[in-house]
Amino acid sequence: MKYLHLIWAALFRRKSRTALTLVSIVAAFLLFGMLDAVRTAFDTGSRSAVGVDRLITSSRYSIIQPLPQALGRRIAGVPGVRDVAYANWFGGIYQDPKNFVFSYAVSPNYLDVYPEIQLSPAQREAFRTTRTGAVIGPVLAKKYGWKVGDKVPLQSTIFPQKNGDKTWTFDIVGIYRVGEGAANGLDQLFLMNWKYFDEANLYSRHEIGWYVDRLADPAMADAVARRIDALSANSDHETRTQTEQAFSASFAKQLGDIGLIVSAIMGAVFFTLLLLTGNTMAQAVRERTSELAVLKTIGFSSRSVLAMVLAESVLMLLIGGVLGLGLAAVLAPGVSKGSGGMVNLPPVGAGSWLLGVALMVAIGLVVGALPAWRAMRLNIVDALAGR
Amino acid sequence: MRKFTAFLGRLGLVLLLAVALAAWTKLPAAAVAGLAVLLALWLVLSRRGRQTLSVTRVGISTLGQRIGASSVIVIGIAGVVGVLVALLAMGEGFAATLQQTGSDGTAIVLRGGSAAELNSVLDRDSQVVIAQAPGVARTADGQPIASAEISVVANLPKKGDPSVDANVQLRGVGEAAWALRPNVKIIAGRRFTPGLRELVVGQGARQQFAGLEVGRQIRLAGQPWTVVGAFASGDSHDSELWGDMQTVAAAYRRGSSAQSVTVRLTSPAAFATFKAALLADPRLKVDVSTTREYFSKQSEGLAKVIRIVGLTVGIIMAIGAVFGALNTMFAAVAARAREIATLRAIGFRGVPVVVSVLLETMLLALLGGVLGGLVTWLVFNGYTASTLGSNFSQVVFQFRVSPQLLWTGLKWAMAIGFVGGLFPAVRAARLPVSTALREF
Repeated sequence: MKYLHLIWAALFRRKSRTALTLVSIVAAFLLFGMLDAVRTAFDTGSRSAVGVDRLITSSRYSIIQPLPQALGRRIAGVPGVRDVAYANWFGGIYQDPKNFVFSYAVSPNYLDVYPEIQLSPAQREAFRTTRTGAVIGPVLAKKYGWKVGDKVPLQSTIFPQKNGDKTWTFDIVGIYRVGEGAANGLDQLFLMNWKYFDEANLYSRHEIGWYVDRLADPAMADAVARRIDALSANSDHETRTQTEQAFSASFAKQLGDIGLIVSAIMGAVFFTLLLLTGNTMAQAVRERTSELAVLKTIGFSSRSVLAMVLAESVLMLLIGGVLGLGLAAVLAPGVSKGSGGMVNLPPVGAGSWLLGVALMVAIGLVVGALPAWRAMRLNIVDALAGR
Repeated sequence: MRKFTAFLGRLGLVLLLAVALAAWTKLPAAAVAGLAVLLALWLVLSRRGRQTLSVTRVGISTLGQRIGASSVIVIGIAGVVGVLVALLAMGEGFAATLQQTGSDGTAIVLRGGSAAELNSVLDRDSQVVIAQAPGVARTADGQPIASAEISVVANLPKKGDPSVDANVQLRGVGEAAWALRPNVKIIAGRRFTPGLRELVVGQGARQQFAGLEVGRQIRLAGQPWTVVGAFASGDSHDSELWGDMQTVAAAYRRGSSAQSVTVRLTSPAAFATFKAALLADPRLKVDVSTTREYFSKQSEGLAKVIRIVGLTVGIIMAIGAVFGALNTMFAAVAARAREIATLRAIGFRGVPVVVSVLLETMLLALLGGVLGGLVTWLVFNGYTASTLGSNFSQVVFQFRVSPQLLWTGLKWAMAIGFVGGLFPAVRAARLPVSTALREF
């Protein structure tokens, strides 16, 4: 620590060079911050601790096949199942096909199964008693400026009403809050009453999109899932029951291998960065050969010279990297807003920061290794003589 | 005061640069070639140009001594170009796969307001009315070439990761489907027999999903189906399974309803008549579009997102690469300061020095651009990927590294090289001769 000012001075010996290198590092980590946020967005949908006690039962054949309503009572009877809720995909759009709204028609007890969706008792009661009522997530409310009391026309891409009209009008009766550890995207749902949906729509009668089964004990998930699937084995509506995490993970996987694309890009970026900063460090040490020799002459051990050069490169990476990640944290919400919801960048999470800092230190060490080694092996007499 | 003018000068340079870059991105290939020819002429014919050439030659001949630093420019720019071209190739490949699926000679009819086939329903009566509409081509024996089709999403395990089920589009087609889409060719086995639970599979689906070899049985909707053939179409049908319309409808309990009707038109010009007739028909409430229109629209959203992401990533990487190049070239100029000052002292003017440094950087940038483009082309051209399409099932597509994309990549490389070289070049020219000779 006592050498910090020395390292600092060495780092900013050539201000313009260090500044140029820093900008490159900032750019690399800005990119890292954004891409890693995207990657985790596709992951953590499935990795939060909330929801480990939920199973999703859907048709085994295809996500678009409905299940009979009667199955719900039989699932509720399976030992280990505490509660069964159900939902249907509404496929809503608001005004323009671009404004896709994640809208489900849900059973009365749906909110009991999702404790992370927090609604005040008064609004909860209003949702229960208003046939055409809907509760919405805070993000959705903000996006379209919807308030409690608004009438919102939502077009279903799938279900027309009995009179053939595809536009359904809902009364917003509540805006919920999202609790800790909720999955991504839970803050922009549009929930409506299943009863209204079922009675008013032209096609589906007593048909369910998927069941959400709440478990008494998360550890029993596999056994209970097998028991639920056994209920409908060899019927015309066989089911597949999986944990909520597996269910959402399978969706993310279908979009494509996001993780692979992101790591390929980051690989290219960091390889370039390695070369660039490595070159800068090599230059910096080459220029300072005589200074390092002086340090050694006045008693610095070879090892402390090695440590100082290494520390210098790690420090450089840390300064640039933290600036870049910080910039990513600031810019990400802006990008999401600017793209009009087309690209939804989540904020940079703690995991990304941790991984980022680890990368900074690692790259710093790799980059500094060769110059530091050279500095350590420096022969004082040769260096001072300029040989 | 002097500092202020220097600042103004630099600011002017930056502004000029921004304008030049904006113009550069819009510049067509012919104009770029013109510029290159002009530059070459200037280099060979004018006195200044010849001076520039000789200074450049000195610079380039010393590149070998600065191989580490120079490779930073080359590899940095290769990285930018590679990532940019790969991402754009992904978007272009996806869009091209869907766009090829359609043509102007066929039209698709969906229930009014349905964005995709999956959301549409047409009852039996509507199907007949649509097939009989004016403008629909007929076979030799007078049958309209129209195929009422049903499209459902089925779950199948993916190859490589059998624990994960992915969605595949199962299309029930009528007899006319083969005449409707002449590009669909059976490459193995035979066509399915109407009335039997038989399937033909697209080559893309066969690559992505397990158990789709000819002769195998798979379970769909709880019933066994036999794969009897494989087909290739070169478009998004490659990602589908085809079976007989009636059999698929029965298996998925759809009754007599279909989801879309695709017809062959007597000519592309007949589309207007066909559309007008259907829209005017009070029995129908449908959307009519040419299949080209329909499939292009399906690729729009995702292709746009990929493009935005590609450009954003590209721009951020380019900023990093510009500063890498600046760093390297400043160091190069500093190392050659005495030599440059000597040239100036014996009468070389500023312009040849500036241009020679620029030329050197752009040469390195060009090398990087070519390298990045080449690697991307070798690795990614034809690379097969799949994603979730608008019918909620996997669409298999190939990356397409087109010459236009490579050209875009090269233009980016040159722009990065130009910016990275300009400031060091100006510094080299501005360096007071006396100080440079004394100090270095």
